[in-house]
Amino acid sequence: MGHPLSSPEHARHALLYMWRIRKFEEAVEDLFGRGMMHGTMHLSIGQEAAPTGMCMALTLQDQITSTHRGHGHCIAKGADLTRMIAELLGKKIGYCGGRGGSMHIADVETGNLGANGVVGGGIPIAAGAALASKMMKRGTVAVSFFGDGAMNEGAFHEAANLAAIWKLPMILFCENNGYGMSSSTAKAFAIDDLADRGKGYGIPGVNVDGNDVVAVYEVAQAAVDRAKAGEGPTLIIAETYRWKGHSRSDKNLYRTKEEIEEWRTKDPIPKFIARAIEAKLLTQEQCDAIQNDAIEAIKAAVNESVKAEAAEPSGLLDAVFKAVTA
Amino acid sequence: MSDRMLTMAEAVREAMSIAFDERPEVFLLGEDVGIYGGAFGVSGDMYHRYGAERVLDTPIAELGIVGAAVGAALSGMRPIVEIQFSDFTAQAMDQIANQAAKIHFMLGGALHVPMVLRTPQGSGTGAAAQHSQNLEPWFASVPGLKVVVPSNPADAKGLLLAAIDDPNPVIFLEHKLLYKIPGRDPVPEGATRIPLGVSKVVREGKDLTIVATGIMVNKSYEVAEKLAAEGISITLIDPRTISPLDMQPVFESVEKTGRLLVVQEGPAQAGFINEVIAQMAGSSSFGSLIAPIKRLAGMNIPIPYAPQLEKAAVPQIEDIESAAREIVKNWR
Repeated sequence: MGHPLSSPEHARHALLYMWRIRKFEEAVEDLFGRGMMHGTMHLSIGQEAAPTGMCMALTLQDQITSTHRGHGHCIAKGADLTRMIAELLGKKIGYCGGRGGSMHIADVETGNLGANGVVGGGIPIAAGAALASKMMKRGTVAVSFFGDGAMNEGAFHEAANLAAIWKLPMILFCENNGYGMSSSTAKAFAIDDLADRGKGYGIPGVNVDGNDVVAVYEVAQAAVDRAKAGEGPTLIIAETYRWKGHSRSDKNLYRTKEEIEEWRTKDPIPKFIARAIEAKLLTQEQCDAIQNDAIEAIKAAVNESVKAEAAEPSGLLDAVFKAVTA
Repeated sequence: MSDRMLTMAEAVREAMSIAFDERPEVFLLGEDVGIYGGAFGVSGDMYHRYGAERVLDTPIAELGIVGAAVGAALSGMRPIVEIQFSDFTAQAMDQIANQAAKIHFMLGGALHVPMVLRTPQGSGTGAAAQHSQNLEPWFASVPGLKVVVPSNPADAKGLLLAAIDDPNPVIFLEHKLLYKIPGRDPVPEGATRIPLGVSKVVREGKDLTIVATGIMVNKSYEVAEKLAAEGISITLIDPRTISPLDMQPVFESVEKTGRLLVVQEGPAQAGFINEVIAQMAGSSSFGSLIAPIKRLAGMNIPIPYAPQLEKAAVPQIEDIESAAREIVKNWR
């Protein structure tokens, strides 16, 4: 795609996708509250700039792996909103035909290898995708999104090391939102700067303001360039914050209202609007229209999904394996 | 028919080499599979024949290795992962059971994982409790994994070729005592596949049906040959693929023999072979049984070290022989 401030079109894309993520998450919360969605949900409100900035440095062929808090990654990579909502509502046209739900949305067409219900589960998979890209000389990169919590999983360590020794075209993208469920990074790490972990693998570790879509894009593009030049992986630590609880059961006992309020003032969306207007790429009216476009797109997706046919249990047994063809 | 007598290690290497020659997307990764030739010598000279890129040595990082194989499989490659001892799959279980097994189903069929995980298992080498297990029930209990337990070189070759072709994750469990001994049957030249999910009737008889897996097929075969001289005739069935499991030949055989002995090396409790018993108990062939079903399996203990203790922990030829003789003599 390119730099969010490189043209009005790019600025519009950055703002539209952040709004789409925000409005999608709000719709999910609403559907949940109204009892139309079951299971659980992990919302990424407040974190929209990180996936948007990262994915603006990618092509459609570049691959990603995502997390349990993955709606934003799917949307930023270009997933269809109706098929996403339909999946959450257990509909046949949903991305997984109702078999996966919120934590398992994948989209082959946009290079999305799937969200993941296991913390850190997608990191070695992204390393493997990068290995395939290198072996097949595809010239693509694989980005693994994960949270700060995943950095203490063995999967992170093993995948980071493999990517480093094999110089894989991979980006390890940490959305550091300060908490692994209720465990703060202060409790879960004995280091202050998570990017220091990069040194342990002999790869660059870079910090960035995860609520600044422009800054995220810039470090992401540098990491993509490095990966595509055959120089190996980069660890990016994007500092951000989730406004909502970990999941629906969260009572926010581990953090203060003041802390949440403080982070709300660092909202990535108005921050970018100010930049885009200052750069004379967008007007306030255009920004309002973009917000409306996102709202309308989500409304349409919800309306279509609500009407869609429910997924049926018939055929489940035949869905376990891909059929063997002679 | 050729008369080539290969060991299982040679047969597995031959299958991998054929697949390497047929498809550029096939590669092997694992600990010490390169210049070392594999801990049990299975990859042998493949590193020299195919190079370091396709015979990829890895650090000691089972979770990372299997995860990398899953990601590569999702991206158009066909990895063969070697895990040095099946016991070490415990380190990689998230990628095996939560990722590889579930991706196709859970993600709505859009993606699939054409990966083979080969690993040696079984006791008899004096390697004690963490290097000797038979873990097939771990894998067979996870929907989404196919599980193959070859008992001889010819089957290993044909089944491995089919496993590499398969678009789904296949766990391929090789008994390490079989690696260095030639099979009873010659290994055919060429790229003949043996489809997964088809049980093999190894020999036919009228008095007793034995269903055995892996190395127990060989032990049971010896017993069947010996007892034939005493007038006891035995049908021996090797499921080969334990998931999906083909029970039809077992039902048909029991309808003729009326007696069933099942044998596995792994511990009895919650073992794979119990699935054979459960399916028999629920089938219309159950009424043909004239004797209680007899189960021979490993003791419910970790595999001990000392040779006499290790031997006592799993069924031996004499155990199978006396069990077979007893069933036939006591139930007429």
